Amino acid sequence: MTEPPACSSSELMIINAARLLRDGDIVFVGVGQPNLACNLAKRTHAPHLVMIYEAGVIGAQPNRLPLSIGDPTLVSGALSVVSMYDIFALYLQRGNVDVGFLGGAQIDRYGNINATMIGDDYAHPKVRLPGSGGAQEIAAWARRCYIMTPHQKRRFPERVDFLTSAGFLGGRGERQSLGLPGQGPVGVVTDIGYLEPDETGELVLTALHPGKTVEMARQNTGWDLKVAPALRVTEPVTETELRILREELDPSGIYLGG
Amino acid sequence: MSKLLSLAEAIAKYVHDGDLVYAAGFTHLIPFAAGHEIIRQRKRDLVLARATPDLIYDQMVAAGCARKVIFSYMGNPGVGSLRILRAAIEAGRLEWEEYSHFGMISRLQAGAAGLPFMPMNPTGAADLERANPLIRRVADPYSGREVIVVPALQPDVAIVHVQRADAQGNAHLWGIIGEQKEAAFAARRVILTAEEIVDEAVIRSDPNRTLIPGLRVDAVCHVPYAAHPSYAQGYYDRDNEFYLEWERISQSEQAVQAWLEEWVYGVEDRQEYWARLGPQVHARLQVTPRPSAPVNYGQY
Repeated sequence: MTEPPACSSSELMIINAARLLRDGDIVFVGVGQPNLACNLAKRTHAPHLVMIYEAGVIGAQPNRLPLSIGDPTLVSGALSVVSMYDIFALYLQRGNVDVGFLGGAQIDRYGNINATMIGDDYAHPKVRLPGSGGAQEIAAWARRCYIMTPHQKRRFPERVDFLTSAGFLGGRGERQSLGLPGQGPVGVVTDIGYLEPDETGELVLTALHPGKTVEMARQNTGWDLKVAPALRVTEPVTETELRILREELDPSGIYLGG
Repeated sequence: MSKLLSLAEAIAKYVHDGDLVYAAGFTHLIPFAAGHEIIRQRKRDLVLARATPDLIYDQMVAAGCARKVIFSYMGNPGVGSLRILRAAIEAGRLEWEEYSHFGMISRLQAGAAGLPFMPMNPTGAADLERANPLIRRVADPYSGREVIVVPALQPDVAIVHVQRADAQGNAHLWGIIGEQKEAAFAARRVILTAEEIVDEAVIRSDPNRTLIPGLRVDAVCHVPYAAHPSYAQGYYDRDNEFYLEWERISQSEQAVQAWLEEWVYGVEDRQEYWARLGPQVHARLQVTPRPSAPVNYGQY
């Protein structure tokens, strides 16, 4: 058996995130790593993926790596470009989005996300973060949400300081009682493994990347992380996936390092 | 009647201290030239509203123009943080009012339509509602279910940059069309800057592309390259290098003031600013043409 090719933490997350997309999915894409994951999926197993960008672009076919959410390369050759109100109202709120990708400074035990501020007083933030952007609505209304984030203890507290985007709130039942159209966070890809919500909505470790350990995952999580009985090991990254990422999608390595 | 004015005249006439200003454009067509003119004219106590404050409001806050910002995503797009805004907020030097993108844009949509508020479906994330008392809930009078509502936003003045307009302010824009139309209909006064001033016949050749009609516009200013370091689809590219450079400049108050001195106070207008950027930058931002297929409106 040959050794899997060496890759960075970012590449590992991007490749595993790409594999979660299904052919034909309509996905609300953010720039940076989620954009790379979507474009990788489109060039491998999901050629019919429809990429929607928050800036109002539907069916983008970027010719170069977009460096902002509103990069002009997203527009040229797209299926449609609409206003910001329309992208949120007609596309997201109306239920036309299958998948959303989210990140954040903090992800808690129930998949709730904080992208707003660190501290215990909103009016006097210790660290002020950029805020919701589209994340509040994506988390509520996209059918499936995936979260990508490096696995670090400070990023996985027991409870978020500020609830920017709803995961399962205090547990799956609480989200269900609100009747939100989206299922909520169905998976969290980290550089150690993969977390999924159990029947209560609590994120549990369901897979490790090759060479990673349960101990590493538990040490880097801020709550007592449970491990699924049938813990999987993710498929090793392939030469093809790495080649597409490094040679076609991000040749300058802007989002692949680290 | 022509509404053509120089940008300096338009800002002097239509932007007043204390105004609520909405400089429109989501990443695209951001009216930087107007922002810089506001800085040069030393306007004060402005309330600056934009979904994404972007570098334009970071620079206006650094120059002391603002008392408050209203926003929904306060980052340097594709780069990281807006350091000046962030520092001002963390230090308690700047008031702020915050929404999600959809909340922010719904406020403008209500303002543009002359409605008192706009409803949105709930999202389950209630912390922002607690933080911002203007975000409220009402019962849907038909189903009885709760909806989230935000109040109409009607800025004192909207500033919109477009690819081309006629002298009356009928404006064509294409590419990412963010919230320019909504801002122009919501605001009490509208200043338009345009890459090109064209004959009315050009506008009339493609009426579906007229997102902003002249009847909403107070001043039309011919300002090529007004959106740099953002971009104008088909005219010039986004200057990503400057967005990265700002990340470095904005780490030091001294560097920011030196930058404002050189690139804002130290130039007369956008023409001088663009010339100072030099031929290498001009070449880097050049765009290869990719025209759309023409449409046939028919002669009736």
